Amino acid sequence: MLKQWNKHKMPYLFIAPAVILLTLFSIVPIFIALVISFTDMDLVGLADYSNIGGVGFANYVDIFKDPVFLKSMYNTVIYVVIGVPMVVVASMGVALLLNYGTGWLFKSFRVIYYMPSITNIVAVAVVWGYLYNGSYGLFNHMLSWFGLPAQQWLQDPSLAKFSLILMAFWKAIGLNMIIFLAALQGIPRTYYEAAEIDGATGWKKLRYITVPLLGFATFFVTITTLIGWIQFFEEPLVMTKGGPLNATMSMALFIYNNGFQLSKFGYAASGSFVLFVIIIIATVIQFAVKKKEVEY
Amino acid sequence: MAFRVKSMEKWLMMALLIFGGLLMMVPFIWMIGSSFKPENEFTVIPPALFPQHPTLDNYRDLFTKMDFLVYLKNTLIIVVFSFVGMFLNAMAGYAFAKFEFPGKNKFFFLILATMMIPGQVTMIPTYLIINKLGLVNTMAGIVLPGLVGAFGIFLFRQFMSTIPYDLLEAARLDGAGELRIFFQLMVPVVKPVFAVQGILAFIGAWNSFLWPLIIANDEKLYTLSVGLSLLKGQYGTEYGLQMAGAAFMVVPIIIIFIFFQKHIIEGYTISGMK
Repeated sequence: MLKQWNKHKMPYLFIAPAVILLTLFSIVPIFIALVISFTDMDLVGLADYSNIGGVGFANYVDIFKDPVFLKSMYNTVIYVVIGVPMVVVASMGVALLLNYGTGWLFKSFRVIYYMPSITNIVAVAVVWGYLYNGSYGLFNHMLSWFGLPAQQWLQDPSLAKFSLILMAFWKAIGLNMIIFLAALQGIPRTYYEAAEIDGATGWKKLRYITVPLLGFATFFVTITTLIGWIQFFEEPLVMTKGGPLNATMSMALFIYNNGFQLSKFGYAASGSFVLFVIIIIATVIQFAVKKKEVEY
Repeated sequence: MAFRVKSMEKWLMMALLIFGGLLMMVPFIWMIGSSFKPENEFTVIPPALFPQHPTLDNYRDLFTKMDFLVYLKNTLIIVVFSFVGMFLNAMAGYAFAKFEFPGKNKFFFLILATMMIPGQVTMIPTYLIINKLGLVNTMAGIVLPGLVGAFGIFLFRQFMSTIPYDLLEAARLDGAGELRIFFQLMVPVVKPVFAVQGILAFIGAWNSFLWPLIIANDEKLYTLSVGLSLLKGQYGTEYGLQMAGAAFMVVPIIIIFIFFQKHIIEGYTISGMK
């Protein structure tokens, strides 16, 4: 044993910090979350662990009767159904536009499209909150150019979700566009040259060469975007805190609120497992669909 | 004829690109313009993009009404720790790339598995662990949970795998210690990965919001983004101050990004995203 240790001391020392930290803050937490999701742990339990009692599956039963949780599930479905296609299509479109030329114009706009994705979420909330302002905001002013009435972007329960989606969409394009761009640059020019000899036009080249060859990038972007939007969290947290009337409450925000605002740690943990299972199911479905498609 | 269609297409593409880009820029222009507006210009209808009487008062107020200097200091501390974390990632990646040891694959799988666990699941237990360790409301509590990351380790391992063993063996024959080999041989060779990871670590640390928000009870530990959210709550109607605070957070990161953007974009090619 000691001999083994001496022989392999260095690699173990090299990986030790990473392994210890990831175990402590990623692996162990998942087991803790599982255990406390079957308890009534709250602030009293946090102070003295002897006050924590097991409740069996009660949290899991209660959460599906909780109207706020059901509302948050419904909202999350809306976020995913609208947000994911918007982000995937737009980031692919922007990448195609940026890949069209090589001049300074294209290089500068690459930076411009990427900028929102490195912008801090609180700063985004501050600026967009003011853009969405009902009386003095720029968006209502822009609507007035077209003779449209002013909107209560964040106060109207039916509009607030879409206001958040628009903001998240603006922030999400950059990173995904870069992934598409990297993939586009990996397509050999000879494919296009061969197609041109056969008389293919711009649209046909796009339809029959570019889009199919982007298959893997599209899959990657779709799956990461999907997982990201299922966990939609920071935007409602900083913009609306889930309001008005829970109209923007997402599942992830529900978990956060129950954990850190209401200190219902056990209940929140059970919610987080429901979310985890949904993510796993969505991922498995994605991979199953992908398998059916043709590989290039 | 064909030429004309081609050039029309190009103009159309460029017009679309510019139009979309300008739309993307609107929030930035609005933020910068408004941050120089005096308070009385915020209630003017119709709203103007740029101030009529530009002023620096809003920026001054960040440091007098709020403690932005303290927030900046805390944010920079987190940035420094994120660089430490990057080196820990690199060391782990190096061991996985260039050493054989019992349990290697199991450990690597363990690390990759952490990428699949959603943040919402670990958020509450991690808080409980930090609480148990007595690290709530400390800088260590803010920094430790996110110090290392599976993706960084993976990226370093991928890149270091391509470096020939001969180089390392030669150094070992010369009697160099393993730590010295890592710092003096490996680190310079994988500089491109460090460039990408360094910028991403900087951006991540500079923008870090949720964990400082959860762990820091004391304003002395607030980061810029937590401070900005406090400002949003306390001075909800003082848009000038809010815009200045947002600009103070956003502008440095954009400048850094513009300087290093080539590396970031190349970084995605390195990571094998083709």
